[in-house]
Amino acid sequence: MMQHIDWAVVDWSRWQFALTALYHWLFVPLTLGLSWIIAFMESNYVRTGDPEWKKLTQFWMKLFGINFAIGVATGIILEFEFGTNWSSYSWFVGDIFGAPLAIEGIMAFFLESTFVAIMFFGWNRVSKKFHLVSTWLVAIGSNLSALWILVANGWMQMPSGTVFNPETARSEMINFWDVLFSPVAVNKFLHTISSGFVLAALFVIGVSAWFLLKKREQRLALRSITIAAVFGLLASLSVVFTGDGSAKQIAKVQPMKLAAMEGLYKGTEGANLKAIAILNSKSKRENGDECIFQLELPKMLSWLAFGKFNEFVPGINDLTNGNPKQRILPISEKIRRGKEARQLLTDFKNAQDAGDTEQVEQIKARFREQNFKDHYFRYFGYGFYDEVDYYIPNVPVTFYSFHIMVTLGFYFILFFALFLFFSIRGVMPKRRFWLRLALFTLPLAYLAQETGWITAEVGRQPWTIQDLLPTVASVSKIDAGSVQLTFWLFAATFTALAIAEVGIMLKAIKKGSETKGGGTK
Amino acid sequence: MMFETLSHLALQQYWWIIISLLGSLLIFLMFVQGGQTLFYTLGKNEEERDLLVNSLGRKWEFTFTTLVTFGGAFFASFPLFYATSFGGAYWVWIIILFAFVLQAVSYEFRTKAGNLLGQRVYESFLLLNGVLGTILLGIAVGTFFTGSEFSLTAMNQVEWQGPARGLEAALNVQNLALGISIFFLARLLALLYFINNIDNDQVQNRARRQLIVNAIPFLAFFLFFLIRLLFLKGFDYNRSTGQVTLEAYKYLHNLIQMPVVLILLLIGVLGVLWGLASGIFTKSVKGIWWAGAGTVLTVMALFLTAGFNHTAFYPSTFDLQSSLTIENASSSHFTLTVMSYVSLMVPFVVAYIWYTWRMMNRTKISTEELNNEEHAY
Repeated sequence: MMQHIDWAVVDWSRWQFALTALYHWLFVPLTLGLSWIIAFMESNYVRTGDPEWKKLTQFWMKLFGINFAIGVATGIILEFEFGTNWSSYSWFVGDIFGAPLAIEGIMAFFLESTFVAIMFFGWNRVSKKFHLVSTWLVAIGSNLSALWILVANGWMQMPSGTVFNPETARSEMINFWDVLFSPVAVNKFLHTISSGFVLAALFVIGVSAWFLLKKREQRLALRSITIAAVFGLLASLSVVFTGDGSAKQIAKVQPMKLAAMEGLYKGTEGANLKAIAILNSKSKRENGDECIFQLELPKMLSWLAFGKFNEFVPGINDLTNGNPKQRILPISEKIRRGKEARQLLTDFKNAQDAGDTEQVEQIKARFREQNFKDHYFRYFGYGFYDEVDYYIPNVPVTFYSFHIMVTLGFYFILFFALFLFFSIRGVMPKRRFWLRLALFTLPLAYLAQETGWITAEVGRQPWTIQDLLPTVASVSKIDAGSVQLTFWLFAATFTALAIAEVGIMLKAIKKGSETKGGGTK
Repeated sequence: MMFETLSHLALQQYWWIIISLLGSLLIFLMFVQGGQTLFYTLGKNEEERDLLVNSLGRKWEFTFTTLVTFGGAFFASFPLFYATSFGGAYWVWIIILFAFVLQAVSYEFRTKAGNLLGQRVYESFLLLNGVLGTILLGIAVGTFFTGSEFSLTAMNQVEWQGPARGLEAALNVQNLALGISIFFLARLLALLYFINNIDNDQVQNRARRQLIVNAIPFLAFFLFFLIRLLFLKGFDYNRSTGQVTLEAYKYLHNLIQMPVVLILLLIGVLGVLWGLASGIFTKSVKGIWWAGAGTVLTVMALFLTAGFNHTAFYPSTFDLQSSLTIENASSSHFTLTVMSYVSLMVPFVVAYIWYTWRMMNRTKISTEELNNEEHAY
């Protein structure tokens, strides 16, 4: 029953997806957040008629445009990659997964791309008010596109609103609202866009701080810092709030991910949260000696996961070897049940081929039984591969990514509060140390974004769909050489384009807000 | 109308019409790609080329977004096609996508200081997108009629035969003829668009002359494709058993048995010819609308010929029974119903695109405007 697995294809496909997703995510958060900041600035312009606001709006819009283009370029590949490199996945979930992608196109991308053209080129072609409406619609459109793709992602982490159909050998949607309003999707969406707002605010503050340090564009910089600090502070608080919501969801539906995020091997009641820690080697960790060094917050992990200080949080050992007291099955048992579910599917196909209608009907009924769904089909994905270790994600990568993200998240709150304070006091230009710090904080914002994705996506390995479909059963049947070639093709192209983007961005920032008035270039 | 009361087949047909519409709009909007191959033919100095680039630079995202939506809608409505074609004909799709990746940055980066690669490289990216995007997409659509070599496992996983992963389709004259037709069609539409949109006499005159130069190969290749199509064996399937068989003159039969489609096709072809003629023989600037509408109708008719009247729209020549039909490749009744409600948004989307397009194109683009424009490419 076990098919031959070409690990090179699986690994290279994963690397390719990781590469393209991480590159895409370098550019998208700025689009998500800066669009609102620009819309707010332009509203001020339309309301007051003050040309200074227009100058401000146009300056940030110029930077927005540079970033937007490369976001689009790195985005298209992601959509089609599901088909090219993960075609087995695409069939298995196409009935659910395709819908949000299509809605994203119809509802969000057209809104974004139609009105972005007016935003860029319409200053002299449409009325002031219509231009403003267009700018707001760009912000709404780009954030709506984030909604739909994150609904799709949320569904992968917690399949809901669907049922497996043995006749088509795929999951089929039975409730659209369950897919759309799945708590994982909702949290993920809010957490992700809030983090995008944080990055955009840090971007605006970083660039403005540079102007202040250079004693240029003072008015533009001061106004921008005030707006960004308020926006950033609100957003960073929202990041914490929604992050907490996400953690609670993960505890419920992806306990293995939570254990990996915390490097927790031995589950316990009243589990401590590792604030700062260095992990031990794998063998030592498995024996309960998790860290070389650690600074812990007592019982906080239990609270983070379940909202109760004494709740039991399962560790990787519990989830791997089972824990009868906590009613946790060992992976080996899940593998057995998963295989049984898969065998039943094979029997179904055989019965169909043999024209044995009685058998076909019997198996169909079995697939509909609640007991079968809850105790066998639920582990369907475990039936694809025998090795227990395969079902444990890379712990150090997940652990460190998570901790970097969280630490930075709290740092950003302090940062925004401080900048808001300086702005209100009117002493910003004199605080040169803090202005310099703003320059160093900007790269950290990007780091927080990427580590956030790594936590979410590495932490859920090996699942493309939690417990139902692992990566080995998701990839296209293709030779590893082809995937390797496209990996390097995209790596080289995206790297060159990213360098170009940074180069253009820096030149545009250096040029400041001066307008054309004459030359074309 | 309530979509949930429709039969599964009716929903499948409805969605095939939407896919056909999106596909045909995409081919029309590929005038952007066609235009990208004409910068140095029509623009004899930097100033003129800037006009051409900026004229398209305000529209390229429509094409791009339509492509993305076309992909998404195909995934949602016929996921087995998505899995089979993209996962199977890997290299054709990857190259097409790669060409679009390069396009997406090229307008914005072309003349910006600090762009690393220089203006000429970004222009060559646009050229590459224009040539590969049109020809390969045409070849890929050609396989809807000529078939590909693949089989599906019991679990509907695609197994592609042959190492070229889809590129082998370029060796088939029928596919190639369609690819080249679309390349020249895109250029013709671009010429008509420039005539409509650019305020520069030199460019206008050159564009009108180029119409003749490009119309000849377009007509030759397209008529070859169309006439040969009528004589091809096609892939018929039996509605009750799902059995796929080869049928002589299948596509001719489809057109005769679906007179509406035949009429669409004829009106479409006439529309394109009328648009071309008005650009070549008169001083009219409205040719783009005739040829554009004609393109949409023609391509729609071709898609409907490929998928309606119990025809397998993504046939396998290696294993006939693995061929994809709108019935065996589609989403479930429930998903198609949900998506049908979503599709009610499409007229609204088309309306605001139309409205904003009219607003932005009220006046032609001119060098004077570009000189004062903050956001120029």
